[in-house]
Amino acid sequence: MAKILSEKFYTAMKRLEPRYPTKVALLLPALHAAQDELTWLPPEAMQEIGEYIGIHPAQVKEVASFYTMYNLKPVGKYHLKVCTNVACCLRGAYDVVEHCEKKLGIKVGQTTPDKQFTLHEEECLGACGTAPAMMLNNDYVENLDIRKMDEILNRLSANAK
Amino acid sequence: MAGQPKDFETLYVQHFHEEARALAYYQAKMEGYTALKKAFGMTADAIIDEMKKSNLRGRGGAGFPTGMKWGFIPKQSTKEKYLVCNADESEPGTFKDRDIMRYTPHLLIEGMVIGGFVIGAHHGYIYIRGEYTREAKLLDAAIDEAYAAGFLGKNILGSGFDFDLTVHRGAGAYICGEETGLLNSLEGKRGEPRVKPPFPAQAGAFGGPTIVNNVETLTDVPFIINRGGEWFSKLGKLEKSGGTRLFSVSGHVNKPGVYELPSGAYTLRQIVYDVCGGVLDGKKLKAVIPGGSSAPVLTADEIDVIADIEPIMKIGSMLGSAAIMVIHEDQCMVQLIERITKFYAHESCGQCTPCREGCRWMEDIIQRILHGKGKMEDLDLLLDITNNINGKTLCALGDAAAGPVASFVKKFRPEFEAYIRGEKRLAGHAPGHGGKHAEGHGEQHG
Repeated sequence: MAKILSEKFYTAMKRLEPRYPTKVALLLPALHAAQDELTWLPPEAMQEIGEYIGIHPAQVKEVASFYTMYNLKPVGKYHLKVCTNVACCLRGAYDVVEHCEKKLGIKVGQTTPDKQFTLHEEECLGACGTAPAMMLNNDYVENLDIRKMDEILNRLSANAK
Repeated sequence: MAGQPKDFETLYVQHFHEEARALAYYQAKMEGYTALKKAFGMTADAIIDEMKKSNLRGRGGAGFPTGMKWGFIPKQSTKEKYLVCNADESEPGTFKDRDIMRYTPHLLIEGMVIGGFVIGAHHGYIYIRGEYTREAKLLDAAIDEAYAAGFLGKNILGSGFDFDLTVHRGAGAYICGEETGLLNSLEGKRGEPRVKPPFPAQAGAFGGPTIVNNVETLTDVPFIINRGGEWFSKLGKLEKSGGTRLFSVSGHVNKPGVYELPSGAYTLRQIVYDVCGGVLDGKKLKAVIPGGSSAPVLTADEIDVIADIEPIMKIGSMLGSAAIMVIHEDQCMVQLIERITKFYAHESCGQCTPCREGCRWMEDIIQRILHGKGKMEDLDLLLDITNNINGKTLCALGDAAAGPVASFVKKFRPEFEAYIRGEKRLAGHAPGHGGKHAEGHGEQHG
């Protein structure tokens, strides 16, 4: 089977190997690195990671499915994860989520038909002093309100096509 | 004037800006890596003594004395030992470690090398929550700087001591803030907590004796080494609680943020009103959650209490990670506890039946109350479930879920009863959308 993970992935893993006494400890870093390349973790990627580490692909999936950051399904180009935990909820996060749903025409957990946007509710991001906060792909956006979210969605939509 | 008080010595907040990240700043303005040099001239026992004198208690939530914890490492063990920094910062409401890592990363590195030296570990891991991608990169950059300058790696400062440090990213799991869940996650497994004993000091990371410390705990270490345990202890105002402490304040306050206060010096009321400028929009205060969402809630008339470990424990809650969440009069407490419980139900790792099932039951019951289908018996049923979770699980997540539910039901019972009597009802909303939209009499349930 042709490999779907890049040379860059394997080089990064080789560099990390001496940092851990076991190879299995590389599993989380490997899943992160694979997702950075592919935006999600297709079964072939988990298979390949299993082969590299020397564990069964089921063990890879068992671990990957425990953690919410690993996308086991494809996500849109822009993955919005809006925190609705206590601090964000107190500062209006649900209004922001609702606005996204209306504007994007999808519900939480869904992806737009053009595969540009995926919307999720997120648990506490540790940005409670600047609530509401969200992750946009791998980065934070803080101090959200409806207007700011609106601007972000407009800007991303313009980039999207 | 609200804001960070300046009438006492602070260790951190004056350095919480981007320039402080650089090694050059750390050495010029923060006596960077001088504590390490001093520590290499001391014995491990002498450092542990100094740590004990400092009355530093773990800043992650449990408040365990750090010096004592370090002393648990079996000296005679020939196994590889590890020092692990818990930078998972997953307790809702907590965001202080993020500031430490993004502004003063070298403080953490120096604290870890000293900790490694004391316990005889040659490898340290910073287990950082996966979402903190920026902070992980900043730590990596600071670690590179420290290697290049000889503060990490082989024969540090000619001491003969070797120490390597690796940033390990989590991937989104509250339970990995629990130290044995964290260790399993570090080993490439699901982050399920372990049966204890053995405790990590006997068998932790990769089977070796391991100490797990919170970020702020470790960054206090260089200060203690440089200026002495007694000095640090006296920064605090209570006998058994030394140092300053970083409070994360969020929710309905005018000035949310990270504040540094002497341990045991301020009441919750002073923090909310004097430091943080009072309640948002001039509203009336309704409640305060004093230590992250796992801490039982306090009503507005319970906040004349010193914000420290024992005083808050005495009134039935906990200081936890010093994450204070402020709630004003407009907030429906039934909706809020639904949101909190949903979180724990989602984050329960599922190993222990009381937690796995109990959290879901509590969530279901609170949701049915919100949707107008509750019964009066449900309130006692909720309390009964909390009793059946408390103390019956491997780790503290179950207790963390049960404590808030019990406190909300006991302290805000009339609000639950109003829903049960049909005086209030959540309009047709998906479960989890608990933040708003309660409606009054006669609304048809959607």
